[in-house]
Amino acid sequence: MLEILDYAFMQRALLAAVLVGITAPAVGIYLVQRRQAIMGDGIGHVALTGVALGFLTGANPVWTAVAVSALGAIAMELIRWYGKTRGDLALAMLFYGGMAGGVLLINLSPTGSNANLTTYLFGSITTVSPEDVVAISLLAAFVVLITLGLRRQLFAVCQDEEFARVTGLPVRTLNLLLAVTAAVTVTVAMRVVGLLLVSALMVVPVAAAQQATRGFAMTLALAITIGVVVTLSGTVFSFYKNVPPGASIVVLAIGVFALITALAAPLAKRRAGRVAAAEERCTLRDDVLV
Amino acid sequence: MEAEEARESGETRESGETRESGETREPGVAADPAENPAADPISLRGATATLGGRPVLRGIDLTVRRGEVVALLGANGSGKSTAVRSIVGQVPLSGGELTLFGTPRRRFRDWARIGYVPQRTTAASGVPATVREVVSAGRLARRRFGPPRKADRAAVQRALELVGMADRARDPVSALSGGQHQRVLIARALAGEPELLIMDEPMAGVDLASQEILAGTLREQVAEGTTVLLVLHELGPLEPLIDRAVVLRDGCVVHDGPPPKAVGQHALPGHDHVHPHAAPDAEPIRTGLLT
Repeated sequence: MLEILDYAFMQRALLAAVLVGITAPAVGIYLVQRRQAIMGDGIGHVALTGVALGFLTGANPVWTAVAVSALGAIAMELIRWYGKTRGDLALAMLFYGGMAGGVLLINLSPTGSNANLTTYLFGSITTVSPEDVVAISLLAAFVVLITLGLRRQLFAVCQDEEFARVTGLPVRTLNLLLAVTAAVTVTVAMRVVGLLLVSALMVVPVAAAQQATRGFAMTLALAITIGVVVTLSGTVFSFYKNVPPGASIVVLAIGVFALITALAAPLAKRRAGRVAAAEERCTLRDDVLV
Repeated sequence: MEAEEARESGETRESGETRESGETREPGVAADPAENPAADPISLRGATATLGGRPVLRGIDLTVRRGEVVALLGANGSGKSTAVRSIVGQVPLSGGELTLFGTPRRRFRDWARIGYVPQRTTAASGVPATVREVVSAGRLARRRFGPPRKADRAAVQRALELVGMADRARDPVSALSGGQHQRVLIARALAGEPELLIMDEPMAGVDLASQEILAGTLREQVAEGTTVLLVLHELGPLEPLIDRAVVLRDGCVVHDGPPPKAVGQHALPGHDHVHPHAAPDAEPIRTGLLT
């Protein structure tokens, strides 16, 4: 079992996997809370153009993906503010434009091909370079700093934006920061999980955790734990079975979700029953005006 | 101009019979309105606002003086919620002027002085949150960044106790009844220890037991000198607390003075008896509608 640590590429892949396991649910919880679970998916599509731009210009695709997906995330946030009526269509344009732009640019570049693109779409354990590890670590540190350091502020903004504005929090700045952090997370995750499945890792561990928890902090902690467990075990599985790690990680995460749901549903039912039993009593209301 | 305003409000005070006699008010004493400790917490003059091209506020004046409890009444669609939401900056005014504690709304930054209780929505948040976590968000008005200190935790605990929810602090808000949820939202506003409480329909969909707890909480706050502006559908158990009622109809003020007695809002013209926010059990049975 431990022989996989003898391979340098596996050491890098596992380190990247842990960082993805931490960062994706840490950002995802705020998106889920704001009912924007699909946002990670959109950023993933836009990031593809960034990756292709890296191939075209010879720059490291991680950094070009950060730049392009951050711009895309900011655009999505601006559409959320101002685009009241046809915001969904504007977002759709952004998604498809990002995808099409990526395929177009990568085929124009001398070094890129659709085969390269596949490793970015579904993840790959053999392609995480030492240089990628440095980039991923720096970006993951940024994501952890924001998502955990500003936990109370981001919680307030995502839970009740109107109230947060009246407390005087810089809500617009925090929203933009969250959008950029989500974009950074997508690029942290794209080498291991892949751009098409990154959103699953933002959403599924949170969805699984909230079946069993009662508070936000507990949900965050459990979601990160689930994230790390599935990314590590999925990466190891991919090493032995030679499948893209993104696929095995996401299938595992959904398995954990199903397991927790099956275990937690009877518990929640009993708890709800107890609360209802304690509160359902008749009261005589003597406020009839005659 | 300031002195003029102060004199004006001093005059209306007579008819309004407010608890506070205005001894702290000395017209024209302070040069900078922001520094004037006697400045009215809320002063809205000739305010107009439109929503989706339709005028919702058509030039309303609303002054809330220090220590006063003012109820904003009116039928559904009369503009009362819009008025309150424009005061807290959630709906832009298309005309008129608004000052908060003597500072024009645009320059007002001292949000910790205001505790806001928005209209309760039934849509639950996606991720579970405990009662304490939600109430703690209100403390951000006092300490926006940085880790919470002892005083912050104490203020949150005090707010929970004020609304009688301290024993539910670790429960998820999704498990609460409408009335309990409303109490949590009020505790969240109180956690910031505000001087002015602004509440939008705090009694909508709230069971009687919670209504009485809320009335008690409010009574304590008022006794400590908190100023209150609340949107109400009817006066209900809060009636004894209310100094003055402002009634809106079609975006205009039609009454500003003592609260309409007993029959409350149901006796007002234009009341249409549609209660989309209230749960059926929250609405008292009234048999005297036609009298």
